[in-house]
Amino acid sequence: MNDKPVAEMSFEEAMLALEGVVGQLERGDVALEQSIALYERGAALKAHCAGKLKDAEAKVELIRVQEGRAIGTTPAEGM
Amino acid sequence: MDLFETDPAPSNGPEFTVSELSGAVKKVIEGEFGLVRVRGEVGRLSRPASGHLYFALKDDKASLDAVSWKGQVARMQVRPEEGMEVIATGRMTTFPGQSKYQLIVEDVVPAGAGALMAMLEKRRVALSAEGLFDQTRKKPIPYLPEVIGVVTSPSGAVIRDILHRLADRFPRHVLIWPVAVQGQACAAEVAAAIRGFNAIEPGGNVRRPDVIIVARGGGSLEDLWGFNEEIVVRAAAASNIPLISAVGHETDTTLIDYAADLRAPTPTAAAELAVPVRLELLATNEALGARLIRSVVMGLGRRAERLRDLGRALPRPESLVQGPGQRLDLWSGKLGSALGLGVARKRGVFESRAGVLRPQTLLNLIERRRQGLERTNETMAARLARRMDSSKAGLDKWASRLAPALSRLVNDAVRRGVEGRIKLGDLSARMDSAPAKRLAELDRRLEALDRTRLTLGYAETLKRGYAVVRGQGVVLTNRAAAETAQSLEIEFHDGRVTLGLAASTLVSTGGAGTGAVKHPKTPSGPGQGSLF
Repeated sequence: MNDKPVAEMSFEEAMLALEGVVGQLERGDVALEQSIALYERGAALKAHCAGKLKDAEAKVELIRVQEGRAIGTTPAEGM
Repeated sequence: MDLFETDPAPSNGPEFTVSELSGAVKKVIEGEFGLVRVRGEVGRLSRPASGHLYFALKDDKASLDAVSWKGQVARMQVRPEEGMEVIATGRMTTFPGQSKYQLIVEDVVPAGAGALMAMLEKRRVALSAEGLFDQTRKKPIPYLPEVIGVVTSPSGAVIRDILHRLADRFPRHVLIWPVAVQGQACAAEVAAAIRGFNAIEPGGNVRRPDVIIVARGGGSLEDLWGFNEEIVVRAAAASNIPLISAVGHETDTTLIDYAADLRAPTPTAAAELAVPVRLELLATNEALGARLIRSVVMGLGRRAERLRDLGRALPRPESLVQGPGQRLDLWSGKLGSALGLGVARKRGVFESRAGVLRPQTLLNLIERRRQGLERTNETMAARLARRMDSSKAGLDKWASRLAPALSRLVNDAVRRGVEGRIKLGDLSARMDSAPAKRLAELDRRLEALDRTRLTLGYAETLKRGYAVVRGQGVVLTNRAAAETAQSLEIEFHDGRVTLGLAASTLVSTGGAGTGAVKHPKTPSGPGQGSLF
């Protein structure tokens, strides 16, 4: 099991971990105490994934370039 | 303009109208290049509905517009194609309306593989040999990037396609690094953009992208050429941020496609490869959440049910004790009487056994045994006598058979002795007579052989009047020998005579044998006359 704190996980890591947790619980071969802990972890993973999915704001910017370096952005209009 | 301002004096030269000058140029060009053959690679080919064929002939430095009119195209054996190296035959002309000069192509002949394509392949092989295209260099594309960097032209369909598809699938923060996607500046700008995205530090005022898309719409080989340049390929290969290339259409392959971590057939496809579909993920996440709750609830339910089942199977404590308690009561009630009963029974057994045990019983037993012994004794004596009788009878039987057998054996032996003796006499008689007969026969054969010998010997010849002459014991067979002999000895059949210088002496040797005769030596004398 991935022991990385849920908050630090990427979406993909969290999704995989959640699948693992659900699979383990569905097999029903974990002890009661462990199944409670797994449920809590699964709930946290699900919330984390949902948060990542909710955060889906389209934002388009043009890079401002100076001497080959990106020094800032300009909102791109009409795209 | 400066020229006119500093030197406003009017020139003496004639003043042309634009048309006049264009016409003059046209005349010069058409006059100078009436019919030419040009070798180059075909590019920018187009054939509008008019049926005329417009294209460019190019090498690595220059490009020449060319056109074939519909009628000319129809007569061509080989149609020009993009990238084809050809030798075109035609005449130069100008197009005054656009200040253009162009080649009116009457015929084209292929001239080997396209030089540009050959150059491209050579470059690909060289960069591949450096390992820039190795699969092991490829980085995985993040599943859900937060920020996407796009290197492309900010105007045009390509960026719109990408943004639309991203919006459909998963709206993201997109940073566009504007570049020229064709022409001289293209390669340098694209390479700089890739490097620029990589140079962004996390946490600055510009967010560092999680993935880069380098995109351009379809075009001719020449249009896409910037993406084949080494500087672009190297920048793509060196990118630490995973890079998706989407240059041209699906059939166009540029060198950046080899160096990219992932190649998308089109810009739209690049957007699809960059992000998953948000709604699907939401659904998946919700489904997983539901399964999570259900699995826990079911797990608890299953445990509760199991507990109930086990609880039901557990017997009541009273029922566990009742049976044994009753049995205890029963048996403890029987205990007192059972003891008395047991003792009485044992005593009965004891008494019945003890009553039998008296001295008279023992004596009776002894008497019984003694009688038995005596009976046995008698029986054994009788048996012994019987056994001896039968043995003796057997012995007698053998003895009676023994005497006749012995006399038979003796008779046999006597008879064989007599026969043997007769045979012996016979054999000894034969043995005695055999050597005597053999000796007589040998005697006869000896006499016969001797007779033969005498017949063959010279002694018999002498009887017929011949004589043997010897000189000093040696037989003389010729006159010369006789003349030199000191004495001669003549042998007749009845004796020998010796003649010599001495008085002739007749010596009788007696008999016709060959035995040597001793006679005195005579001194040698002179020859013949002394013979007789």
